[in-house]
Amino acid sequence: MSGSVRVRTVVNGESRESDIEPRLLLVHYLRDVLGLTGTHIGCDTTNCGACTVLLDGEAVKSCTVLAVQAEGSEVTTIEGMARDGELHPLQETFHTQHGLQCGYCTPGMIMAAADLLERNPNPTEEEVRHGLEGNLCRCTGYHNIVKAVMAAAEAGGAGVPKSRKEGVTA
Amino acid sequence: MMEAATRTSGGDDYVGQTIPRKEDARMIAGQGRYVDDINPVGTLHAAIVRSPEAHATIVSIDTSEAREHPNVVAVFTGEDLADDWKADVPSVWHPPGVEMHHPDHWPLKRGEVKCVGDPVAVVVATDRYVAADAAEEVIVEYDPKPVVVDPERALENGSPLVWDQFGTNKSHEWAISGGDIDRALADADVVMERRVVNHRTAGAAIEARGCLAEPHGDSVTLYSSTQIPHIARFQLAGMLGMPEDKIRVVAPDVGGGFGTKLNVYGDEALMCALARRLGRAVKWIETRSENLAYNHHGRDQIAYVTIGAKSDGTLAGLKVRMINDLGAYQQLLTPFIPVLGFPVMGGAYRFPAIDLHFTGVFTNKFATDAIRGAGRPEGTHYLEVTMDQLADELGIDRLELRRKNFIGADEFPYETPLGIVYDSGNYAGTLDKLLEHVDVDAFRREQEELREKGIHRGIGFSTYVEVCGLAPSRAVGPQNLGLHAAFFESAAVRVHPTGSATVFSGASPHGQGHDTTFAQIAADRLGISPDDVEVVHGDTNAGPWGWGTYGSRALAVGGEAVARAAERVQDKAKQICAAMLEAAPEDIELADGQFRVKGSPDRSMSMADIALAAYVPPDELPAEVEPGLEEAAFFDPENFVFPFGAHACVVDVDAETGKVKIVRWIAVDDCGRQVNPMLVDGQIHGGVTHAIGQALYEQIVYDSDGQLVTGTLVDYGLPTAAELPNIETDRQETPSPVNSLGVKGVGEAGTIAASPAVLNAVVDALRPLGITYIDMPLTPLRVWQAMQDAGGDGSSSNRGGGS
Repeated sequence: MSGSVRVRTVVNGESRESDIEPRLLLVHYLRDVLGLTGTHIGCDTTNCGACTVLLDGEAVKSCTVLAVQAEGSEVTTIEGMARDGELHPLQETFHTQHGLQCGYCTPGMIMAAADLLERNPNPTEEEVRHGLEGNLCRCTGYHNIVKAVMAAAEAGGAGVPKSRKEGVTA
Repeated sequence: MMEAATRTSGGDDYVGQTIPRKEDARMIAGQGRYVDDINPVGTLHAAIVRSPEAHATIVSIDTSEAREHPNVVAVFTGEDLADDWKADVPSVWHPPGVEMHHPDHWPLKRGEVKCVGDPVAVVVATDRYVAADAAEEVIVEYDPKPVVVDPERALENGSPLVWDQFGTNKSHEWAISGGDIDRALADADVVMERRVVNHRTAGAAIEARGCLAEPHGDSVTLYSSTQIPHIARFQLAGMLGMPEDKIRVVAPDVGGGFGTKLNVYGDEALMCALARRLGRAVKWIETRSENLAYNHHGRDQIAYVTIGAKSDGTLAGLKVRMINDLGAYQQLLTPFIPVLGFPVMGGAYRFPAIDLHFTGVFTNKFATDAIRGAGRPEGTHYLEVTMDQLADELGIDRLELRRKNFIGADEFPYETPLGIVYDSGNYAGTLDKLLEHVDVDAFRREQEELREKGIHRGIGFSTYVEVCGLAPSRAVGPQNLGLHAAFFESAAVRVHPTGSATVFSGASPHGQGHDTTFAQIAADRLGISPDDVEVVHGDTNAGPWGWGTYGSRALAVGGEAVARAAERVQDKAKQICAAMLEAAPEDIELADGQFRVKGSPDRSMSMADIALAAYVPPDELPAEVEPGLEEAAFFDPENFVFPFGAHACVVDVDAETGKVKIVRWIAVDDCGRQVNPMLVDGQIHGGVTHAIGQALYEQIVYDSDGQLVTGTLVDYGLPTAAELPNIETDRQETPSPVNSLGVKGVGEAGTIAASPAVLNAVVDALRPLGITYIDMPLTPLRVWQAMQDAGGDGSSSNRGGGS
């Protein structure tokens, strides 16, 4: 595959500019080019959701987005969820509610949950269960993940983190 | 029973407390370090070329185009690397006196392929996209051979042979018997036979497998997503013909295992060989399609169950004939896994006679091996499903039938007819506790009301016993059960000069929480906080040799090793403390986080004070006290441990579509003493869910040509949050006498318990239609078909009642 294109993004509040193959998936851009390995890959078919990140504040499965599609956009990964040394409420509640075991689905699960709580800050348990059906976990049976999301909703402020794009020179 | 059992821990009794996990901090921050997160400078990427044929002769492999591909570094076929191997993929069960066929299983295949996914060539390139592109350019010509995928057909005369040289598809037969089964069944009032299928499933950890080999002169480091770094090194030494000390295996953070990573795979040896040939780090990360095709599968058994009872319900005997589909190869434990269920196939019940027979069969599918529960979910499923049907046959309430035959709480240790000694138990206790959460009479009234509205609601139970804490090495070793392995576990505990500690464990976790629970165990014995205990594992260059994490063994065997090593440190700390405080060592006690002279609590030292004295000895410390504060222990248990419990499942079956929805799940488990109840809950949630997946959704399916039709997560139905209920949990604690902690295991218990409860609940819902059994997975199509076959209108007679 020859030829490269320039892509400019703001990732976790930092501007990034790279020359990449047009076919490069966003998840591989984040992991292999930018070294942000907190975003994981668990399937080939966009079923598992381990690669979920926020693209301009909305959850996307980054294995099904080309990096070039993120041109001019803001990307938030799990590494960008804590702000000023404070964990995001979902990071807190996943810990306190034992919402993770092997930890592999966790980053994607937290990003999907943030998107869910942004759209619906006070979901019912049923809404949480359906809201997370695009993210697979093999360890927890989802029981404590649902509890963690409900606890974060109760704590408040658990939606997508505030944009940090403003003021960043791309 | 054992001297150590009376020993009390000092300090603050962290064991038993719910403490959020220490390992979470890195994982919630995106700082976990899984294999694919490790990228030495200049790492090359490998892609494996795999067979699309289920059985074929390799006529030719043309790698010329792939070799010419820009940025491809090397392409190798099986022939190219034939001299790199000193041994093939290992299989360690060789039971004495049993004839068994062991097929060759090389990292890259030469001559023939035996199942879809068989590796035939490998491409190494500068990045993963290029490697994948070039792998497409390797041209392999195959000459297809006849295929067999059905294990019962494989046993028939005239079946295609997977391995011509054996002249049969039968790998082996193995049997165990206790009591006089023929007489027991002859004397029984009711003898019932059932065929019960336990279908093929995948482990499907969300992190697929992968490995990275890095050469260092004459040594190699392999980072692998494995449950067994030490076993991997031991076996890789044999496969590669390298001294064990020249191989370092590291299991970094591992994204779930569920048994699939309890194996030594050809690709691990392959990456080591490539790294050594090319002098570069080589990484291979499998795709999900590769994972579903070529990580070992589980289950795939057919059981013919014969159960006999007196008309009053007293059990007389159990005979099970099992056909175990091994697939085409024998991986590490392939033929043994069904056998691992044998100690508990009689369950929680007094059977005067048990007779079990296992036949291993080759088919053109990938190997089966351990998947969460490994033999015990299958055995429990056969028994608990059959118990319900027997109750139906006898017209006895199914819980009363169980109760009548429970081994009594006062009968432990209890020796089964098969010579297995159940360590401790109170089976009626967990059932009683379950029934505190489930009002069966109220349920029956509700069920009737719903039926009148056209809703089929049912309740199913499972009262299981599980065998874990693998394992007493001599009992399972070469001269007895026949495993060429041992199953002790190791630990080393080092207190640093400033008083914090590092625990090195041979058990290697993949989500279980050893960092936290082992820290709790050590902290109690060292008089420090778990926050001040770091647990190191998964690196063959750090800490003593260990057998890994599987078989619900890490706590009962590995945790006990931690306890013993920490107690040795405590003994030495007391010796140092005694010298410093001019007291006798036996007069020093550890309480409230202080080492103090009994009766003089003001004369005390903290672990930090003692540790500093151990490393920087003051004059008061006699010269005969060795410096340092570090001890190791190897614990080989005298017996297995036997957790147990009672689960109930409530389902609704949609009359129109056959779709099963789980309405409630109640799990009462007894895993002995709990170290961290929140983590026990987590294991039960995940374990139950794994079995719900098998019971309702998941199945590895090969078509009659041996093509894998469930090769992606689109086709292989892992349950999502939307399908699952909350799982209500409660516990009883009956300590095990096998270790000083009193602990059993819990990682597999939920999976072992759950599938028969689902099936029994669906049958309970549909019993008015005359349905008594449906093969798993209970997909809408299967359930709907069963309802159609039964008439579907509810007009059939009710064959039995009771709970």
